[in-house]
Amino acid sequence: MKTESVLEKVLASGELAVTGECGPPRGALPDVVKEKAALLKGYVDAVNVTDNQTAMVRMSSFAASVFLRQMDLHPVFQMVTRDRNRLAMQGDIIGAYSHGINTMLCLSGDHPKFGDHAMAANVHDLDSMQLIQTVRGMRDKGLFQGGAEIKNPPKMFIGAAANPFADPFELRVARLAKKVKAGVDFVQTQCIYNIDKFETWMQGIRDRGLHEQVYIMAGITPMKSAGMARYMKNKVPGMDVPDELVKRMAGVPKDKQAQEGIDICIESIERLRQIEGVSGFHIMAIEWEEKVPEIVKRAGLYPRPQV
Amino acid sequence: MITAERKPLDEIMESIDGCGRILLVGCNECVTVCAAGGRKEVALLASALQMASMKKGRTLDIRELTLERQCDPEYVEELTPHIDQVDAVVSMACGCGVQEVARRFKKTHVYPALNTKFMGASEGPGIWAERCQGCGDCLLGLTGGICPIARCAKRLMNGPCGGSTNGKCEISNDVDCAWHLIWERMKELGIEDRYEDVIAAKDWRTGRGGGPRKILREDLV
Amino acid sequence: MEQFEPTIVAFCCHYCAYTAADMAGSMRLEYPPNVKIIRVPCSGRVDAIHIMKALEKGADGVLVAGCLEGDCHFKNGNVKALQRVTALHPFLEEIGIEAERVQMVNMSAGMGGRFAQIATEFTEKIRELGPNPAKAGASRLAAS
Repeated sequence: MKTESVLEKVLASGELAVTGECGPPRGALPDVVKEKAALLKGYVDAVNVTDNQTAMVRMSSFAASVFLRQMDLHPVFQMVTRDRNRLAMQGDIIGAYSHGINTMLCLSGDHPKFGDHAMAANVHDLDSMQLIQTVRGMRDKGLFQGGAEIKNPPKMFIGAAANPFADPFELRVARLAKKVKAGVDFVQTQCIYNIDKFETWMQGIRDRGLHEQVYIMAGITPMKSAGMARYMKNKVPGMDVPDELVKRMAGVPKDKQAQEGIDICIESIERLRQIEGVSGFHIMAIEWEEKVPEIVKRAGLYPRPQV
Repeated sequence: MITAERKPLDEIMESIDGCGRILLVGCNECVTVCAAGGRKEVALLASALQMASMKKGRTLDIRELTLERQCDPEYVEELTPHIDQVDAVVSMACGCGVQEVARRFKKTHVYPALNTKFMGASEGPGIWAERCQGCGDCLLGLTGGICPIARCAKRLMNGPCGGSTNGKCEISNDVDCAWHLIWERMKELGIEDRYEDVIAAKDWRTGRGGGPRKILREDLV
Repeated sequence: MEQFEPTIVAFCCHYCAYTAADMAGSMRLEYPPNVKIIRVPCSGRVDAIHIMKALEKGADGVLVAGCLEGDCHFKNGNVKALQRVTALHPFLEEIGIEAERVQMVNMSAGMGGRFAQIATEFTEKIRELGPNPAKAGASRLAAS
């Protein structure tokens, strides 16, 4: 075991791991964080806490993660390289670790253009790959990126994102290989709707034995409505939503679409768990956290293992 | 080359408010090539400033001069005979030229007429695109001759991010995904295997991070 | 106040509009004497600065008259002229001069009637628009 991370322990045990997501509020609203987190408690092994997601200012991932820790939940502390340079990031990593946060996700982050601070400087002192390298260096060598020794180095279980659907597709396996080389321990994928394409990607992953070097958690997002399905298909960069799925959502009455979305989600998990190399699920129920218990239970992923 | 674009006329007019005698100075180098501050643009701006002033019931005494290079002291010296006879200099050079004039003539107001944009290349008549950010430690040899620092919206040294679609960047369909281009070029060169070499965190000291930069060539001093 | 008589400068291509203007004369077609013709070897010879100087020196309207599309003696001078006129319009608006004071027109050498008609219509349009605001400002200055 590289770390004390509960997520690492579950993954190492061979059980399918489950993570959820908590997007911090746009204000000093600790109760919102706690309410969202409470909905997930007991149903997931760890909870991703996003970092200024979609380039909008929110309560920091660090602060919200601390609230989760205080509730005895296990945050996956997300960090984007967009907003801070390597000094700030490393400072936060040791700070977070000091608060008992031992799992993180290294991302480059959405471009500021998509948020409400399009005028902000786009830092990117490091990219996500280099952040992975940095966190690994801090853990395994006990050194800051600049080379100095860290007293009581943070032992982070290191995650990253993987998008099996973005262009160019032929590069997607190589890209994960590169993250493995940089030192990633687990990846959570982009929401999977096109399972055939995901299987093709996983075949490529297995051909190179990458599934034995990194835990792959399949990303799942239940769709609330046919409108959301169409939006994800047409507007979200790097998202692959097949036409059949949009049709299926549109084919049921409006008041039944949410349930249909959950059903699709359960069916997807059913199919994805058969794929060799899938180590767990990352359920991103965006502003729909109350549905996570139902999904986890119906998918047969409940109760969560005690490790 | 360095590219630039003219500032809005109102902004230029505002900067010279109260000045009757203007020395409008162009530059024969980069800004001539990108049609922003050469002799032609100087003449056009002079005429525009004149008419904008006439509209307000005033006329300006505008002298037009285009230097060979506004970023070299030898050429800037050519302004000396005019300086005492004007209230302000309006420079149509890049920021380097504006500063060189300001440095030489300490008691004269110098106003920029251009916004200096970027170091770029021409992609066709009337189109210029950013190519280099002068990081001071060129990595083009690692990236198939395409710079991710200048051309990736997130300056990812290990891209592409998940937002690349059909070879275009997520920020705009008008922007090529730099890493898509890099990958295509690597394939053409038969060096796809190098894609998986992680490019390590950059030392920004050679760039702006290290403070203002200077080159000193002993053999030429 | 007496009626405003606009000054119109027409840059006329030697191969078409200039001949057309000539023909209008020999056909005894009337067109306003406000239009001052400047012969150019091709409408493509007309640069933005020529138009600007015409306006600065007192023109109320400027015509750039070139050959019909596809008929330029120098292949595409008339296309370039149109591009320049179009590009100049927003600049004129920035200065505070109405873009419609500068117009590109096309005709062949045989179109004496068309020349006379355009000259008349454009003069009328500029008359309605009133004096070039830069000139008007300058004359206020002279008066004060």
